[in-house]
This record gives sequence, C-alpha cells and structure tokens, in this order.
Amino acid sequence: MSEHPYAFLALFLAVALAFPLVLLAVSQLWFRFFQPPKPSASKNDVYECGVASTGDSWIQFKPHYYLYAILFLIFDVEILFLLPFAVAFTGLPTGALVTMLVFVLLLAEGLVWAWRRGHLEWR
Amino acid sequence: MIATLPPAESWLERFPLLVRDWITGHLPESLGWLAVSLLAIVVILAAFGLLFAYLTLAERKILGRIQNRPGPNRTGWFGLLQPFADGIKAVTKEDVVPREADAVLHFLAPVLLVAMSLLGLAVIPFGRHLLAANLEAGVLYFFAAGAATELAVFMAGWASHNKYSLLAAMRALAQLISYELPLLLSVVPVVMLAGSLSTTHIVDAQGGWTFGWIPHWHVLTPWGFAGFVMFMIAALAESNRSPFDLPEAESELIAGHLTEYSGFKYALFFMAEYFGMCGLSAMAVTLFLGGWQAPCAFLEFIPSYVWFTAKLLTLLLGFIWIRATLPRLRMDQLTRLAWKFLVPLTLLNLANAAFWSLSAGWSGPMHWVRWAIALTVVVGPFLLLGRALTAGVAPRTYRYA
Repeated sequence: MSEHPYAFLALFLAVALAFPLVLLAVSQLWFRFFQPPKPSASKNDVYECGVASTGDSWIQFKPHYYLYAILFLIFDVEILFLLPFAVAFTGLPTGALVTMLVFVLLLAEGLVWAWRRGHLEWR
Repeated sequence: MIATLPPAESWLERFPLLVRDWITGHLPESLGWLAVSLLAIVVILAAFGLLFAYLTLAERKILGRIQNRPGPNRTGWFGLLQPFADGIKAVTKEDVVPREADAVLHFLAPVLLVAMSLLGLAVIPFGRHLLAANLEAGVLYFFAAGAATELAVFMAGWASHNKYSLLAAMRALAQLISYELPLLLSVVPVVMLAGSLSTTHIVDAQGGWTFGWIPHWHVLTPWGFAGFVMFMIAALAESNRSPFDLPEAESELIAGHLTEYSGFKYALFFMAEYFGMCGLSAMAVTLFLGGWQAPCAFLEFIPSYVWFTAKLLTLLLGFIWIRATLPRLRMDQLTRLAWKFLVPLTLLNLANAAFWSLSAGWSGPMHWVRWAIALTVVVGPFLLLGRALTAGVAPRTYRYA
C-alpha cells in the first residue's frame, strides 16, 4: 500500500476490464468447439414485434430530452463547486457562507425559472 | 486473551490481514505491492461475484415467497445451485448480434458497464482494515465511476439499431441524469459535516456512542435521515430498479436497451446492475449508516466487516422488498419526482446540515430547540411540497376482484 493510490486504481481498471473480457472469451471458446453459430437472415434481424423492421431507427429525437440534459449540466457543475465548499465548510467565516448561500440561491432561481416556464413538465 | 485487547487489534478483526500476509509474505519485496493489490482486487471480485450470484437467487426466492410460490427449488438443495446453472446457460447460449448493429459499440457496452460498476468498489471501507484504495477524493471518485455507467447504457441502446433500444436508451439517460442530482446533492451535507471527501474520514466522523448505545451515525440526525432516504430513492433510480425500471419496461419496450443482447453479454448487463446496486448500497452504508461501526459499544467485539456486511445485506433486502411491492412509475411522474420534489428538498437539506453544524455548541434546553428546528426543516417542506404537487390529483382507489 506504499505506492500511490491511483496506481492501484489503474490496476483495478485493468482487472475490471479483463474480467468481462475473459468471461466473453470463455463463451467464444465454447461456440468455437461445441456449438458453431448458425446465423440466418431473420435471426440476425433487429427485433420489432415479429414483423420485418421498417425505416431507420437512428433518427432525430424529440428535443425534450435535451432540455433535461442542459438543466442537468447546470446543476452538475454547481455540485462540483459545492464539494470543495463542503470540504472546507467547518472552518469557513460567515462572509464565505453568505457568498455560498447567494450562489446556491442563484442556481435555485434557475430551477424556479425552468419550473415556471413548464420545462420540468414531461410532454 | 482476546477480551483484553482493544477491538481494533483483536484476532478476529485482523484476520483478513493475517491471511493476506500469510499469502504474500514469502514473495520478494519488489513484488509486494503488486501482490497485495492484486489480492485485494481478486477478493473484491470474488466476494461481489458470489454476492451477485446469491443475490439473484435470494431475489427470486423472496419474490416467490411474497407472491406465494416457492421460487427456484429444483437445482441443488433449496435451489442453491441455481446461480451456477444460470451462469452455464448464459455462457453456452448463442450470441446473436443484429446485422445492422454497430458491432464494436455493441460489444463494448456490456464490458464497459461491468468494469465501471466495479470501479466504485475500490474506495468502500468494508472494515476497519479493509479498504482497497484510500483516496483523498474517494466520494468524488465513486460517483465519477458511477456516472460512466450511464454512457455504457446509452451505448448499448444506440448500438443495437433497434427502435425499442434507442427509446429505452433515451429514457435511461433522462432518468439517470435526473436522479444523479439528488444522489450527489444528498451526499454534500455528509461531506460538509465530515469535512472530507475521504471515505475513511467519513466513517471515523460517525464513530462513538452516546451513553454507549446510541451510535453517532448520520442517519440518526434529522438532515442525515432525510439525506439517507433521498439517497436511497436516487440509488434505486440510478440502478434502474423497480419502481424506476422504465428503461427496461417489459410491457412497453420489450427489454429496453437489452432487447438485442443475448448470451453472455446479457448476463454481463445483469451482473453490472447488481454490482451497481451493491456499490450504491455500500456507499449509503458508508455515508449514513456508520460504515463498519458497531451500533452499540458492547457489540464492538464482533468484527467490523461483519457489521458492514449485515448493513449492506439489510439495504439489499430493502431493494428486493421494494421491487416486490411498488408498481412502476410513469415517465412524467419519474421526472417530476426528481426535479420538483427531490432536488428542492436536497437543496434545503444543505441548509439544514449547515444549521446543524453551526448549532453544534447549543446545550441544555437549546438542544431541544435545535432538534425542533432541524426536524421542522425536514418535515415541513416534505409535507408542503408533497401536498402542492399532488393537488388536484384524486387519491388512487383500488377495487379488488
């Protein structure tokens, strides 16, 4: 444990990636020797309730999902700013607390704005 | 002999370390770090692999019991070999990849999902001496690794080139990012009070007992209780578990982003879901339930990892029980719950935690005033916001056939 902790994480990532790959390789070996795959036109079709698939499925999607994504981005960045504040919280002077309160309130105002505009309503 | 030792040094407490030193002891010094690290990783993989296997069995058994049927009971004694039968079946099943799918992404998605859902387990302190990586920013790292799984879910849905999969991927992404906020925001108060992002410090901050039997766990404070409940709701949604299993809603989306997956890739998705659930439960135990700390002073002789496992299994039982009890939410209810209910309440909880920390010096009758104010800040907004959001919605009535 004397090494840098992030060296351990790199090792962990390598093993965590190898774990599913090894399992998939085992199943590939099984197919190779005991159960050769038998592809066919209808078997390798995409599933669509039993009928032939029509049209492309990689289409443009309704924009409503992206509104949530944008709102999420705002608040996620806010949390990134909140975490260092939270770590230093116990030793902070009152001025810093008030500043942080204003910051959180400004973002809460954004939530209220989106709420009022009906962006939080799922349509 | 054991009774005279402090609990941290007792033989049982140090048992995992003794086993580790016995295994790695006769290796050369240069290989020491690598051997110890690999051993830790292998133990985590084996423990959670086994937990996954028996969790699936426990889930099917408990769901069966709740629905008044026996559950799997043919494979082995009480169905105890069922997970292995399922595993062998998954390995030997043909892996069908649709002709039009993006083969690379289709292959990469389950691998990444399993890897990322495992990564978070590195920073969980499973016991007093059982922590794989003691990071300064452990909590941040845990949630960063967890957020990477969202990418893998979308990858799976997009790569399948299937309409159901894409719809499910979009839904999953909307759900995961919506619940990411309450999940993270309910953690911030814990960081504020502990003053650290390190999981060891957070567990240490919850040590000690009042009168020897009331633990100083965060869940036993008003802000901590609110934070714990909201964290668990968000954790349910993050792990795509019922009642938040919209991305794989069988009745409308076949199997969601898993529609085009078969064979072992499907099993990997299943595995990742359980790893994610275990990881989030373990984090909840660490943040709110005192980690490996014993609930009473006189119970400290039981080793810390036993307490951690007991708390973890209790939360997992809760996950299973909720799945058996609650019906699935609708998409509009899902986003409304996250954005209009949980996010405002978690923001208020920040203020509540700040108040709790600043009023720590209050004593005598002011102590009761402190509790009254903190409880009001939890219960008041919960009732008001809940009433406001359900206004105009008739209470649901049930007619029994």
